[in-house]
Amino acid sequence: MSKSTKTASKRTKGYAGMTGADLFHKMLLEEGVEVLFGVPGGALLPIFDSLYKTPIKFVLTRHEQGAAHMADGYARSTGKVGVCIATSGPGATNLVTGLATAYMDSVPMVAITGQVTSALIGNDAFQEADTTGITRPVTKHNMLIKRAEDIGRAIHEAFYIARTGRPGPVLIDIAKDATSNELSTEPDLTIDLPGYKPMLTGHIRQVKAAAKAINASKQPVLYVGGGVVISEASEILDKVAHRGNIPVTTTLMALGAFDESDPLALQMPGMHGTAVANYAIQECDCLIAVGARFDDRVTGKVETFAPHAKIIHVDIDPTSISKNVKTDIPVVGDAKDILEKMLPMIESKQRKDWLGQIAKWKKAYPLHYDTGAKIKPQQVVEAVGRLTDHDAIITTGVGQHQMWTAQFYGWRKPRRMITSGGLGTMGFGLPAAIGAQFGNPGKTVIDIDGDGSLAMTVGELVTAVHYNQPVKVVVLDNCYLGMVRQWQEMFYERRYSATEHPCPDLSLIAEAFGAKGIRTTEPGELDDAINEMLKHDGPVVLAASVEPEENVFPMVAAGKGLHEMDMGRLV
Amino acid sequence: MKHVITALVQNQPGVLAHVAGMFAARGFNIDSLVVGRTEDPELSRMTIVVIGDDHMLEQVRKQLEKIITTVRVRDFKEIDYVERDLMLVRVSATPEKRAEVVELAGLFRGRIVDVAKQSLTVELSGPEAKLEAFIDMVQPYGIRELSRTGIIAVQRGEQRAKERN
Ligand SMILES: Cc1ncc(C[n+]2csc(CCOP(=O)(O)OP(=O)(O)O)c2C)c(N)n1
Ligand SMILES: [Mg+2]
Repeated sequence: MSKSTKTASKRTKGYAGMTGADLFHKMLLEEGVEVLFGVPGGALLPIFDSLYKTPIKFVLTRHEQGAAHMADGYARSTGKVGVCIATSGPGATNLVTGLATAYMDSVPMVAITGQVTSALIGNDAFQEADTTGITRPVTKHNMLIKRAEDIGRAIHEAFYIARTGRPGPVLIDIAKDATSNELSTEPDLTIDLPGYKPMLTGHIRQVKAAAKAINASKQPVLYVGGGVVISEASEILDKVAHRGNIPVTTTLMALGAFDESDPLALQMPGMHGTAVANYAIQECDCLIAVGARFDDRVTGKVETFAPHAKIIHVDIDPTSISKNVKTDIPVVGDAKDILEKMLPMIESKQRKDWLGQIAKWKKAYPLHYDTGAKIKPQQVVEAVGRLTDHDAIITTGVGQHQMWTAQFYGWRKPRRMITSGGLGTMGFGLPAAIGAQFGNPGKTVIDIDGDGSLAMTVGELVTAVHYNQPVKVVVLDNCYLGMVRQWQEMFYERRYSATEHPCPDLSLIAEAFGAKGIRTTEPGELDDAINEMLKHDGPVVLAASVEPEENVFPMVAAGKGLHEMDMGRLV
Repeated sequence: MKHVITALVQNQPGVLAHVAGMFAARGFNIDSLVVGRTEDPELSRMTIVVIGDDHMLEQVRKQLEKIITTVRVRDFKEIDYVERDLMLVRVSATPEKRAEVVELAGLFRGRIVDVAKQSLTVELSGPEAKLEAFIDMVQPYGIRELSRTGIIAVQRGEQRAKERN
C-alpha cells in the first residue's frame, strides 16, 4: 500500500524533552494561528501555562459556544482556519452547537478540548465526557491524543484536514498528562492519512460534457452555493456567467459570490427566495449547480424541482452528488478549477428570449414591502446596506431578520454574509461578528440580529467590550420569536404558542455591559441612528423597534414546489 | 437488494464507532459487519452487508469513503466474488438422534467440533444460502445456540473494479 505522507513541520528535531503543552504552542505558531478563542479549565492548565507569554492573541469568551462561533466567524470572513479551545466535560459539550454549525456550512475550524488524565479515561472522572464520541457526527474528523509525542502530528493533520477538500471542523481531544509530560523521544510529525485524498481537479471529460450541455441549452441557470465562496471562485464565475449570458442565483451561503446589482443576478432561491430565481429554476432547461447541495430549503418539493432541466452538478464532495436530486452530469472537484477549465469551452450567446423573460419576472415580482407608521424591518436592512455601501461584513441570528437581511442588504462581494445556513443556529450572530472583527481589523462588522437570537449569546457583548472590538449589533426588535410566529400565523390560525416574550430594552443592556446603546422607534430617525452607530468607535447595540407582525415573503410553504410561492399580496 | 461492500480502514481506535455511527445517522441498514486483520498490520478490513437499492449503495460507498480513516472502499456490485459466512451451531441431539445430525453435518461438509450428552456443535462455513439450508434441516432437532460471523468476501481472480467518477 502506497502511503500519502508528508512532513508538515519545517523543523523536525529538538522537541524531545519539551512538554506536550510547549510543543502544542509551537505547532500552533507553525500553523500560523493568530488568534485563539476559548475558556480555560483544569484539564487545560498546562496548555494555558504555555500560552501565558504567547504572540497568539487569546480571546476569553463568556461561553464555549461563543468561542466556537467566533472561530467560525473568523474563518468564514478570512478563509483561514479558526481555532477554539475548551476544557474537558462541560467545556467540550458547550462547544457542540458551534461545531455542528460549522460542520453543516463547511467551515475550516480546529477545536481543542482538554481531557482528563489518560489513566482516568473511562472511569467517570471529574469533568470527564466522551468528547470524541459526542462530537463524531458533527466534525469532519476528530482524535483523542494520550501521549505528548503525538500532539504535533495531530495538530498538523487537523489543520490539513480542516482546510482541504470540503472544509470542516476537526477536534483534537488531549489528555491532561499528554500536555504536562515531557516528550521522551523526538516526535513523528509526518502527516499520515492514507485514506484522505480530496479530489481537487475536475475530470476534463466531465467538464467538456458539462460545457456541451450548457452550450446546447436555451434557458440555463447557474445555481451557486457556498462552495464558490470557499474556493474563491467569484471572479471566474462572473466570467462564465457573462460569456454565456447565464443568469445566476446565489444561495444563502453564496450571497455576494455574484454581484446582485448585475442584470444577470437573480438573488436568492428557495423558501424565501425571489420569485425570479424560483421561476427561472422551474423553467430552465439546464441547471448548473456549483458548490451547492440541493438543500430542502432551496428545492422545495424535490419531485417538482427544476422539472425541465438537465442537471449539472459541480461539487468537491462526491456524497453531495445525486444525494437529494438526481444529477445528469456530475463534475467532482474544486469549483474554481472546474470553472477555469470550463470558461474557454463556453460559447458566447445572446439568449434574448430567456433574458427577456427573466427581466419580465423581475419587473412583475420584485422584493417588496409596504412602509407604515412603524419602522419596517426590511427598511432597517436596506438602510444598513445603503449606509455601508453594501460592503460591511454582516452576520445574523436565525429567523425572519436573517431572511430580510438576505433579501434586502444588496450583496456585492463574497465573504460579506456570515450566517448559519445549514444548522440554523440562533445565537450565532454576535459571536460570529466578534470573530470576524478579529480577522478584519478596521472593517465594519455588523450583526443584524433578532431579539430572540441575540438573547442566546448576548453575554459575548462583554467579550467585545473586554477586547474593544467595535462590532455593531442592529436588533430588529419585534418582541417575538418572529419566524415561528409567522408559521403559527399562516398555518396554525394565529395560535401564538410560546413565541411572545418580554422585550427588555436592549440598548440599556448594552450600556450595562459597557457598550454603547441606541434605541430607535421612528422611521424618520432610522438613518441618523444607523449613522450614529457607525460613527462610534467601539461596540454598539442599536435596537430598532419594528412592526411586530411583519411577515417574510415570498414564501414557499414546506412541502410545496418552488412555483407555488405565496407572494404575500395580491398580484 | 443485498449488497456486499468492503472497506480498508486504518487500524485506529474509534474507526468502528465512526463507521457504525455513520450508518446509524444516515439511516442505512446493516445486515452484517465483520472487522478483521489484513495482510498489512496497519489496516483492517470491514466487510459490510447492506440491504437497499442502487442509489443507497452509491451513497453508502461514498459516505464510507468520506470517513478520513477509511483508506479504500469497494462494492461487489459488478464483480464476481467469493463470499463466506462461518457458523457455530449447537443442536439438540440425544444419543438416539446423534447419528442423524452427524450425517446431516457431513452432507453439508460441516465439522463436529464438540459433543455433549444432549447436544453437539457443528462448524459450518459457506455462502449464506448454504448456511440457511442447514439451519432449516436441523431446526426440527432443536437449535440451542447459534452464532454466525457474517459475510466476508474477496473478488475472484484479477479483475479491476469499475472506475467511477
Ligand atoms: C438554537 C435554536 N433554537 C430554536 C430555533 C428555532 N427557531 C427558528 S427561528 C426562531 C425565532 C427567532 O427569533 P428572533 O431571533 O427574535 O428572530 P425573528 O424571527 O423575530 O426575526 C426560533 C425559535 C433555532 N433556529 N435555533
Ligand atoms: Mg424577534
